[in-house]
Amino acid sequence: MFEIRIHSRGGQGGVTAAKLIAQAAFHDGKCATAFPFYGAERRGAPVVSFVRISDEPIKVYSQVRNPDMVVVLDASVMDATDVFAGLKEGGAVVINTTEPPSIKGHPVHAVDLTGIALRVNLVVAGSPILNTPVLGSLARIGLISKDAALKAIAETFADPRNVEAAKTAYEETKQ
Amino acid sequence: MNPLPSEEYVHKCTTACAGCTSSLSLRYVLKAAGPDTVLVVPACCTAVLQGVYPATAMNVTVYNIAFAAAAATAAGMAAAFRRQGRSTNVICYAGDGGTVDIGIQALSGALERSTDFLYICYDNEAYGNTGMQRSGSTPIGAVTTTTPAGKIDQKKDIDRIVAAHNIPYMATASAAYPQDLYAKVKKALSIPGPKFIHLLSPCPPGWRYSAERSVEVGKLAVKTGLWVLYEREHGQLKINPVSKTAMKRPVPIEDYLSVQGRFRGISKEAERALKASMEQQHRRLLAEEAGAC
Amino acid sequence: MLTTATGNKAVAAAAKEARPGVVAAYPITPQTEIVEQLANYVADGSLDADYIPVESEHSAMAACIGASAAGVRTFTATSSHGLLYMHEMLHWAAGARTPVVMANVNRALGPGWNTWAEHTDAFSQRDTGWLQVFVSTVQEAYDATLMAFRIAEDERVILPVMVNLDGFSLSHITQSLETVEVGDFIPQFHLSHAIDTEHPRGYGTMTGPDIYYRFRWDIERSMRASREVIAETEAEFARRFGRVYGPVEEYRSEDADVVIVALGTLGKEAEVAVDSLRDDGVKAGSMRLRWFRPFPRLDLSGREVVVIDRDYSFGFGGVIAQSIRATTRAEPCSVIAGLGGQEVTYDDIARFVREREAGKETWFGVSD
Repeated sequence: MFEIRIHSRGGQGGVTAAKLIAQAAFHDGKCATAFPFYGAERRGAPVVSFVRISDEPIKVYSQVRNPDMVVVLDASVMDATDVFAGLKEGGAVVINTTEPPSIKGHPVHAVDLTGIALRVNLVVAGSPILNTPVLGSLARIGLISKDAALKAIAETFADPRNVEAAKTAYEETKQ
Repeated sequence: MNPLPSEEYVHKCTTACAGCTSSLSLRYVLKAAGPDTVLVVPACCTAVLQGVYPATAMNVTVYNIAFAAAAATAAGMAAAFRRQGRSTNVICYAGDGGTVDIGIQALSGALERSTDFLYICYDNEAYGNTGMQRSGSTPIGAVTTTTPAGKIDQKKDIDRIVAAHNIPYMATASAAYPQDLYAKVKKALSIPGPKFIHLLSPCPPGWRYSAERSVEVGKLAVKTGLWVLYEREHGQLKINPVSKTAMKRPVPIEDYLSVQGRFRGISKEAERALKASMEQQHRRLLAEEAGAC
Repeated sequence: MLTTATGNKAVAAAAKEARPGVVAAYPITPQTEIVEQLANYVADGSLDADYIPVESEHSAMAACIGASAAGVRTFTATSSHGLLYMHEMLHWAAGARTPVVMANVNRALGPGWNTWAEHTDAFSQRDTGWLQVFVSTVQEAYDATLMAFRIAEDERVILPVMVNLDGFSLSHITQSLETVEVGDFIPQFHLSHAIDTEHPRGYGTMTGPDIYYRFRWDIERSMRASREVIAETEAEFARRFGRVYGPVEEYRSEDADVVIVALGTLGKEAEVAVDSLRDDGVKAGSMRLRWFRPFPRLDLSGREVVVIDRDYSFGFGGVIAQSIRATTRAEPCSVIAGLGGQEVTYDDIARFVREREAGKETWFGVSD
């Protein structure tokens, strides 16, 4: 079983990102679950959501404590939250940033998701959308297939800019 | 005067008290409504006066329901009938407690949601079924078992609350004026959407007068101007002539109060307050009818 | 069709498939997504129902009772305080023999405000005459909702059914879901005592001590008969759609020395604990209770039992532990865990089993 923890802020779509990843994994023929940890729901507060992917049905409902991968949609949450807590040895980190940090013992995949969203004008209510482009990044590093990622996005959002942003992120993510 | 239909839907075997105007009103209501009717009845005197299972005095379908739930039950029922293409009348028949107190939330919701039903509140101005405790509808000065020194608060003006929902039809009526009551129920049932009729229901044991005077007390309520008969159809108010007359040349309210034991010993202040609120209501209604508001 | 959905969306999809004529709706976290989704179905025409956006849960249940009595299939959903606010009408729905189906997203009760999973809301309604089933996956939420209509409306039952799913941990989780075309698995709605104004009747008329008890007994008789109807329905469901359900889901319990009894998502997580205990040489198994009313008959003879209650009856104990004590000869070790969404992992559950002590009650995380 592969476990992922996603850090974001309320309103950035971290919860939807988790759902989309599970949908994509499902299209890849895997079993997957996605769920948020709901605190008091408010915009801007740090939010954590989880994804589990496995070849077998998943019976675990408790939170992910030792993720195989951490996804950070908003690098500013790192000031408030230890996003690496419990991360498995050698576990990958995907960060939306223009200044990739170096984290000892962990491969870091940095991508400017905010920039990509702005470039394709994927902005809703003044906020760049991060949850669809991040699927492109995750496809690039092999978590899910590119086809499944794009399919999950297309079946969830009618706006083609979501798929476009994911394709761009796919190209721009460093393996 | 046209005779009312001879069909009876409330048989003489009710377990109502002698002189009960709730059951008398119900007789006229059902003559107007006819057999394709469901009466939705919350906890109130009517829940009791139907009789005891397996007997019933009622010759229409009666759906008894919990105290606070009449209007909401009717809402579900009306939706179900209409989608089945049935035009069955859904009529809530509820006391004042079940209307102005515990049932007001469900009533307000059903009125707001354009429910196709008629809600009738028969108002005997107290919780009669449990032995006359004060309700929000008890008038100031009246003695009940929970206001032994007379009620100190004013009667809740449910009609203005209902009017605020801007429903297509609402009216007041009284069993002492059966032709008027009959006509209002008929008209209400001819109009789609939510309708409301407020009946004053004199109650011999509760109001403490002898049973044979029920109609007289009902008429006195109107002639003193304390109970105004009117209807409001699509926002257009029409005051009954008898009430117009009462507003101009009222019978003294003392005549109404003095025949009822519940007002024995009413304070001068309470009587003044009763009169003042009556006069204020008259002014408001006359102004509305004249198109001044 | 194979897809993914949250627990809430699965319930709404199943309710749509059952074609209710009247849906009463009032929002409450974490159930709201169900009534929102049903509103969407009605708005886009995929569900032909009267959607009554009531002003309270009390009215939601009243509207369902009224519509059901008038001969129409009804559905509603609620949670926590909404369920408690309905309490009076839950008794009425069962007593009036209106086969309403309702989803209850299990949530803790205030104060303090807490929107996370707990079962006390549903167990507080245990004596209302409702059948109650608890589910543990998105698929099961869907399947149980479909079956609920058939069971509730069976002539031998005619009682309301509550489908319980854990707040957030199941209502908001995304899992795979296989939807079905229900066909005649759910027959046309037919209520033999539905209102017929050509044959007027009094419903719920004053009923004296000489006869009232017979109506109560009639509810219990139907509740007893429902065991068979549930079994038949689950067998027919398995035959048509391939997924097998029963009153209890057993996992490696056949040769187990110690059995974990739990409900909902904790009952699934317990299976992971069983695997890890088995790896360590502890012969553990689990029994996840699916039905709470009627209460299943469990065979626990010769086994030690660890009961996890996500609920509590103050002054007495965990509701499931009490029920096990009352219906079997087991002397369970009772663990109170997961209240108000308290995080309970499979490692925690394995520890409950390792540290078990027959007859003892432990509150997880409480040391004084």
